[in-house]
Amino acid sequence: MFGLKIERAPASLLQRFMIPIIAVAITFILASILILIAGANPLEVFYEILFKPFTKRTSRIEILVQATPLILTGVAVAFAFSAGYYNIGAEGQLYAGALAAALVGPKLAPLPQFMAIIIMLLAGFIAGALWALLPALLKVKLQVDEVVTTLLLNSVILFFISALLNGIWRDPISGWPKSPAIARSAEFPQIMARSRLHFGFIIALLSLLALWWVLKRTRFGLELKAVGLGKEAARFMNIKVAKTMLAAALISGGIAGIAGVSEVAGLHHYLIDGISPGYGYTGIIVATFGSLNALGIAFAGLFLALIDTGSLSASRSLGIPAYLGDVIQATLLLATLVALLLNNYQIRRKDA
Amino acid sequence: MQALVKLENISKYFGSVIANENIHLEIFSGEALALLGENGAGKTTLSKMLFGMYKPSQGAIYINNRAVKLNSPKDAIDHGIGFVSQHFSLVPSLSVAENVVLAKEGGAILDLKKINEQVAATAKKFGLSLKPQAIVSELSVGEQQRVEILKALYRECKLLILDEPTAVLTPQDVRALFKTLKSLQEKGLAIIIITHKLDEVIEISDRVAILRHGKLVSTEITKETNARALANLMVGRDTIAVSRNTDHRVDEQILFAVKDLSLKNKRGLKVLKDISFNIHASEILGIAGVAGNGQTELLRVLNGLQKPDRGEAVLAKQKLSFNDSQHYNNLQIGRIPEDRHKATIADLSVAENLVLEHIEDFSKAGQLSKKAINQYANKLIKDFQIKAKANDKARTLSGGNLQKLILARTLAKEPKLLIVAQPTRGVDVGASEYVHQKLLEQKRNGAAILLISDDLDEVMRLSDRILVIYEGEIMAEFAAEDASREGLGLLMAGNRDAA
Repeated sequence: MFGLKIERAPASLLQRFMIPIIAVAITFILASILILIAGANPLEVFYEILFKPFTKRTSRIEILVQATPLILTGVAVAFAFSAGYYNIGAEGQLYAGALAAALVGPKLAPLPQFMAIIIMLLAGFIAGALWALLPALLKVKLQVDEVVTTLLLNSVILFFISALLNGIWRDPISGWPKSPAIARSAEFPQIMARSRLHFGFIIALLSLLALWWVLKRTRFGLELKAVGLGKEAARFMNIKVAKTMLAAALISGGIAGIAGVSEVAGLHHYLIDGISPGYGYTGIIVATFGSLNALGIAFAGLFLALIDTGSLSASRSLGIPAYLGDVIQATLLLATLVALLLNNYQIRRKDA
Repeated sequence: MQALVKLENISKYFGSVIANENIHLEIFSGEALALLGENGAGKTTLSKMLFGMYKPSQGAIYINNRAVKLNSPKDAIDHGIGFVSQHFSLVPSLSVAENVVLAKEGGAILDLKKINEQVAATAKKFGLSLKPQAIVSELSVGEQQRVEILKALYRECKLLILDEPTAVLTPQDVRALFKTLKSLQEKGLAIIIITHKLDEVIEISDRVAILRHGKLVSTEITKETNARALANLMVGRDTIAVSRNTDHRVDEQILFAVKDLSLKNKRGLKVLKDISFNIHASEILGIAGVAGNGQTELLRVLNGLQKPDRGEAVLAKQKLSFNDSQHYNNLQIGRIPEDRHKATIADLSVAENLVLEHIEDFSKAGQLSKKAINQYANKLIKDFQIKAKANDKARTLSGGNLQKLILARTLAKEPKLLIVAQPTRGVDVGASEYVHQKLLEQKRNGAAILLISDDLDEVMRLSDRILVIYEGEIMAEFAAEDASREGLGLLMAGNRDAA
């Protein structure tokens, strides 16, 4: 077909480099079809999504605000995926962290800010890790598929929080389903005047650094990759596979939990129902599109945040549905996965 | 008489490796032809070409005197060829009849009643006792194999190929299978049975085609030959090699002792039966045997990947724990595994693969010492002539180089006990020679070496003493100078009288 042939062999460096670019291109071609159906001009829409946000200070900063939870969940997912543990539960673990923040936050008023924030982060990490513990144990002890268990637990915590918000936490006066506000000392400081950008962004950057350092510089990181890339061989080479995988799952859950803390302490200052519009799931796209490394995840997180921000403004100014952003993100995941598959193949011109 | 299937000058090359060369073979309706040969002799490749899974590099296949191109299993099935592999392709949750019709295409509507009747009729016609409604997962292995045969018959095959059909069966099931095959033969089917068990060949076949190193050595009429002659043809005469163990002096001290190792597999079949042996310092103990006779399980146990049901292994007064591989490092046990790809990680670098087994030596407070890793890797690459750079992914290495990588990381630790499996499988001649030299060097340095290999030449060339394993049991022990190729061959094929 097309005079090309596909062989099973590791892809060339050029091909690897081209993969994300091709994935993006395919995504936008497919999205164009939908835009045409919605009765808009694709080029205009793409301009609105990809370039317009850079023209205004608020939307430039908004990209960073949006990127904060995406980078955190992306890093969380990358830790797990690197160890071959397919944690689809970052969304639930994020909510576990947010719940912990809402529980601990109101009680931290007497503490100085930096201590209160450290306690918030710790509480979120532990809550996220705990929420990740059960599926991880089921996986390493009984080989229960973690994709199913982590995914299903997302709904469990979502409904649990919803019950809390609509039950004991419902504001007695306004009737709003929200938790009590956290203490002022537990709020993340703004890091830029007159903006929503908060300390959570710094934590997201630190999490990227941590991911890079662990995977590239530590023994644990090398063992983690070994387990992810060849479980049986890792076991042969004296690596404690179950222990490593468990650790990866808990770290993953913990970082997702911190993403939840960051949303509560940095933006809302209390817990509400829709605190995450699916950041945990988008984190999977970020990690995959960023090919599980820190630089890639930083780029992917910012890129998806751009699409989020841009598609919102595009829907306002051009009247297309805001869901277009979701569609583009989902298509990007599929295109990336297909493109990644090609990583194991070499595309070559057919010999005459 | 006209041949049903004729192979004319068939050759198959994988790169520079010869899998089959210049094979001429005819198969007639109503006969059972045994395809006999050691592992890697080319039996499976040949049968896969007949079933359209490989394309011959050269030569032609004729069916009923007409040249055919078998580009896929579907082509082969359309030409009346059926294949029963060792690994069944059945859907466990479906019934026998459903599994049987699944394999045949055509028709969108499924009339279960009709199907059950048709399948029952086919089973009855060929004398296969199977209930069409029975659920496959509830059947024994022997019955599942019968379903596979029924699948082929339902598609009206004229030639049935069975790849090592008895490997997975209990002795009772083997009896039943042979009865079935006899009756199929009487119905005019041609049968090819791939095996390396001599007793079975004698019992079931009319003719035997013997393959060695990819070539057809001889075709014999079963009645006119015997097990001894066949064993000779199968293993061949000694080949010349440079590195061989000529100095059979060993240390008096027993370094490694294995006692009464027993293991059952998941199905409850005994795969290791009271295995006991000793190895002295400076001794290479070879275990000869055809693949699938317990070697893999023995290796898993000794390599610390699985606990035996019973028995112990002691290295220099210390008992092996069987499940803690860290402990293996401390005891200085080196392992060259059966499957290189299950001991190296393709997407990690050469350097990482070299150090992972002893990663604690290359990290301080959890941090990797990149410099130490690279220095060590570069030294091993040089010392062991690995053709790669430290940062290359292991996946880019050839089989021989990957084996050198494993050899390097193992031997660099100067192990007291070396557990070596199939050290030269899929490795080119030069690298094989190098591996053998290195193993002999270890012997001279005082290591106890256990060598498990399907390659009889290799076992004979390197060992000081040879054990033969058959169906999980040690059949006999020989001093290297007393071992004859013929005797070993017979024992490997389960012929006890030879000892």
